[in-house]
Amino acid sequence: MPSPDGTLHAITANRLRDGVVVFLAAGGAWVESFADAALLTKAEAEPALAAAKAQAEGDQFGVDVYAFEVERADGAAQPVKMRERIRALGPSVRLDLGKQAAA
Amino acid sequence: MNHIAPGARAGIYHYDAIDRRFVGERVEQFRKQVDRRLAGELTEEEFKPIRLMNGLYLQLHAYMLRIAVPYGVMSAVQLRKLAEIGRTYDKGYGHFTTRQNLQYNWIKLEDTPAILNALADVDMHALQTSGNCVRNVTTDQFVGAAKDEVVDGRVYAEILRQWTTLHPEFTYLPRKFKIAISGAASDRAAVRVHDVGLLARRNEAGEAGFTFYVGGGLGRSPFIGKLVREWVAEEDFVAYLEAILRVYNQYGRRDNIYKARIKILVHELGLEKFKAEVEEEFARLRGPKYRLDPAIVAEIRTHFAPPPFEDLPETSDALARAKAENPAFANWVAVNVAEHKAPGYAIATISLKPPGGIPGDATCDQMDLIADLAERYSFGELRVSHVQNIVLAHVKQDELFALWQQLDAAGLGTANAGLIGDIIACPGLDYCALANARSIPLAQALSARFADPVRQRTIGELGIKISGCINACGHHHVGAIGILGVDKKGTEFYQITVGGDPTLTTAIGDILGPSLTEEETVDAIEAIVEVYLAHRTEGERFLDTLARVGHGPFKERIYAAD
Repeated sequence: MPSPDGTLHAITANRLRDGVVVFLAAGGAWVESFADAALLTKAEAEPALAAAKAQAEGDQFGVDVYAFEVERADGAAQPVKMRERIRALGPSVRLDLGKQAAA
Repeated sequence: MNHIAPGARAGIYHYDAIDRRFVGERVEQFRKQVDRRLAGELTEEEFKPIRLMNGLYLQLHAYMLRIAVPYGVMSAVQLRKLAEIGRTYDKGYGHFTTRQNLQYNWIKLEDTPAILNALADVDMHALQTSGNCVRNVTTDQFVGAAKDEVVDGRVYAEILRQWTTLHPEFTYLPRKFKIAISGAASDRAAVRVHDVGLLARRNEAGEAGFTFYVGGGLGRSPFIGKLVREWVAEEDFVAYLEAILRVYNQYGRRDNIYKARIKILVHELGLEKFKAEVEEEFARLRGPKYRLDPAIVAEIRTHFAPPPFEDLPETSDALARAKAENPAFANWVAVNVAEHKAPGYAIATISLKPPGGIPGDATCDQMDLIADLAERYSFGELRVSHVQNIVLAHVKQDELFALWQQLDAAGLGTANAGLIGDIIACPGLDYCALANARSIPLAQALSARFADPVRQRTIGELGIKISGCINACGHHHVGAIGILGVDKKGTEFYQITVGGDPTLTTAIGDILGPSLTEEETVDAIEAIVEVYLAHRTEGERFLDTLARVGHGPFKERIYAAD
């Protein structure tokens, strides 16, 4: 459920061995597509982030684990900030690269 | 191993056994460190400074590996290796930076030792491209070729490379430390916006020496380097620089990253006190141990001996004919070709700024082509400029037309060196984890807006420099027109500065007014250009007109409606 102000959160990291951007999915798995990311309320995001950090570092899976804000636009979820949109898709100046290229 | 043989080629430093063993050992050391990180024996906190010491950053989409191109000079063989690495381990391209280096944007940690090993095969590495050390020393991209050159900066840049790489006092400086050297009458290396800027000169006896500027830099607190010593003799070159670094190491702040650069130390200590400290240290160091032995200088100079130039007339009839028959080629020569010290030769700049392109990016196919052309026309050697272009420094005037035809066919024949389309732009928010706003789309929009070569030449010398954050990797502070990307509540805005100058008449640009959206910024730059053209008198550059008429007419035009 969204928080009272409607803001949702997703949790992201870079995969240790190759640096690829990953997102935490429902159930605790890490996925490469933002579309598969778990969308969490603020209350849900805090403990989920702490657990994800501990797991990612403990398993040598990911680095730079953090949560970011997500909004719904035209029925679809998208990161609020440009930085996170670019991470989720790829460089805006090279549409042939990054996750957007595989979409 | 595919090492660069001296002799028939232009000047490239060729490794000796010690260099080769050292670089090889560092690769093996890093391989083991990566293994330990992947096995969980090193935490990220422990590993991060280690990977940074090997040029490996974590950026938005992946790891970024920054390869050192010492003083921006490399061989065709080395460039081909960079192309091969880009194809094998990255996504078929690389980005040439304002530090005369090359960055790959899509690197895997697990591949990095193999990449460093491949680099070592051609005497290259990624050392001193990150971390709080003396970074890769930069110099004039026309070094060893320019008609106005007095002293060859490569010799001293190489001495500094050897002196700093393993120096125990300089591995954990308060912050990164950037040195630039210029040995020509014109400063093409932006020396006064470096931690140490060196002007290599000659005295009346013809001896080489150096003028030292200290405490320049861009970033969130821009400063112009201050004159610390007018003349340091060649034999004292290392001792004096070591004295500066010792004072910095002792007094530089380590408690606040934003106040840790030497520019802040010079500012807070005061120039006279700083100079006194350096002179005291210099007096202690000066002596046989720190004397730069002329024999060492002479030995290193042999690596940079001039290539075997042919005995040619000063000018070329073939060039004159080709220019007369082909206006586009004539335009490229007028804009991208500079005078060479050897009769019959010329310096050709290959612009990596096609209209609408990404400044500094080159595909691996383009790198291969440039390597081939360097072999064919420039003694197998090329340079990366701090304005993110490539230079073939020793081209016969007779062969410029053939060179241009092949460049043009590959999309590398853009004639805009030093003009408004020759934009410096950092990777910005499209790649960089520190950025607040995108730089590249704005550069693309501006170079497309000003694509017309006739209009560009009408406008004349006018450098636009764009940074995506206050760290100023795009040198916006010293752009005749500078643009800084800022984030305002999640929206990208751009702050325009005018009047910056990276040459010996160094100046930091002034903010013109409130920041604008991307679209407004492109229109505002066009308005600035129109105001300049309306006000300029015969022969005035943009900076001259701005100095004469002030900011008023420009502000009026852009912000009058507000």
